[in-house]
Amino acid sequence: MKIDRRDFVKRTGTYLVLTSAAAAAWDHVVAGTPETAPNYRVTDHWWGMAIDIDRCIGCGNCVRACKVENDVPHEPYYFRTWVERYHVPGGDIEHPVVDSPNGGHDGFPERYGAVDGAKNFFVPKLCNHCAHSPCTQVCPVGATFDGPDGVVLVDTSYCLGCRYCVQACPYGCRYIDPRTNTVDKCSLCYHRITRGLTTACCETCPTGARRLGDLKDPNDPIHEFLRTHKVQVLKPQMATGSKMYYSGLDGSVR
Amino acid sequence: MSGRFSDVQHLVRMAALFIAGVVVFLILRALLVPEGFGVWGHFRAGALDDNRARPLRFAGREACAECHADVLDARVGSKHAAIGCEACHGPLAAHAADPDAARASRPEAAPLCRSCHERNVARPAAFPQIDPAEHGGGEPCLACHQPHHPDV
Repeated sequence: MKIDRRDFVKRTGTYLVLTSAAAAAWDHVVAGTPETAPNYRVTDHWWGMAIDIDRCIGCGNCVRACKVENDVPHEPYYFRTWVERYHVPGGDIEHPVVDSPNGGHDGFPERYGAVDGAKNFFVPKLCNHCAHSPCTQVCPVGATFDGPDGVVLVDTSYCLGCRYCVQACPYGCRYIDPRTNTVDKCSLCYHRITRGLTTACCETCPTGARRLGDLKDPNDPIHEFLRTHKVQVLKPQMATGSKMYYSGLDGSVR
Repeated sequence: MSGRFSDVQHLVRMAALFIAGVVVFLILRALLVPEGFGVWGHFRAGALDDNRARPLRFAGREACAECHADVLDARVGSKHAAIGCEACHGPLAAHAADPDAARASRPEAAPLCRSCHERNVARPAAFPQIDPAEHGGGEPCLACHQPHHPDV
């Protein structure tokens, strides 16, 4: 078969055009159907949160909003997020007094006076969405997992309710839902963040003490926060790869 | 039959048994492993969509701004300007989806204000706090403060 220059250019051009069209079509396929995932691609995100302890006022808005948004049982008092009050007398960070009445759901009635010279502050807690999470490593059936976008999720249709993960979580973030006898935990409001909204706790936090961030998005303000604040994760010695970055974290916080 | 292949029957039976075992394993595996398992990792890929399927309760402040731009304008320059609407007004996704089906109610002022501004030693010292017993002289909060622009 003889090909002259004109034929060669024609054919090559056609193939080039078709290849790019096919690539665009394939991109559309892997992006998912528009109904379930409008413009959301799991591999384009890596979620984390910046928590500024110096801004938390212990109002309990996050706890109440989370319970409503995620249908967490009101009583008994299980939580996907909760707030702890730390009272550190005499600067003794080894022996803080910690309380969390109803997880902070109904606020914190004043318990300590300003007179004893102790250090007092609030610490919001939630699932740390660890990159190397101990809870997912112990699940015998793959019912809890690190998602491709950095969110640790639960497959309730697959969970046995064996409670291994509840014990494995170093942060105490998991509970067994008494209605279904399956495990439940913070999903980082996965149904919201995949629709371009922020989490219910961040949406209702009046002081901006907690801010959701996409660590894969170079324009996300979380990078500015991490650059301008001295941050730490909870229990760094456990090498969980936590993505909850606390600013102003005291050594007494466990 | 004689020589080195005299006992080949044994090998054929073993091989048949082995193949049957593999077939049973593959059938059981196809039946028991759910669809999508292993696509993203050691979990069912459909679980991502299951987690996504939960209905919204909080609409988000952008949804409020679509109709209530006047309130946003009233909050410009206010100390409360950065607060999400639903932080005080409660979850209103149903109202945002259909304004007539679910009405927003006005929150009760005093307990709402106190949930943030009642004096508590654990609150950051720079945060404005009051002692309800001595602040305001028994007047309701709204007598002096506009919640969207709380400066007196």
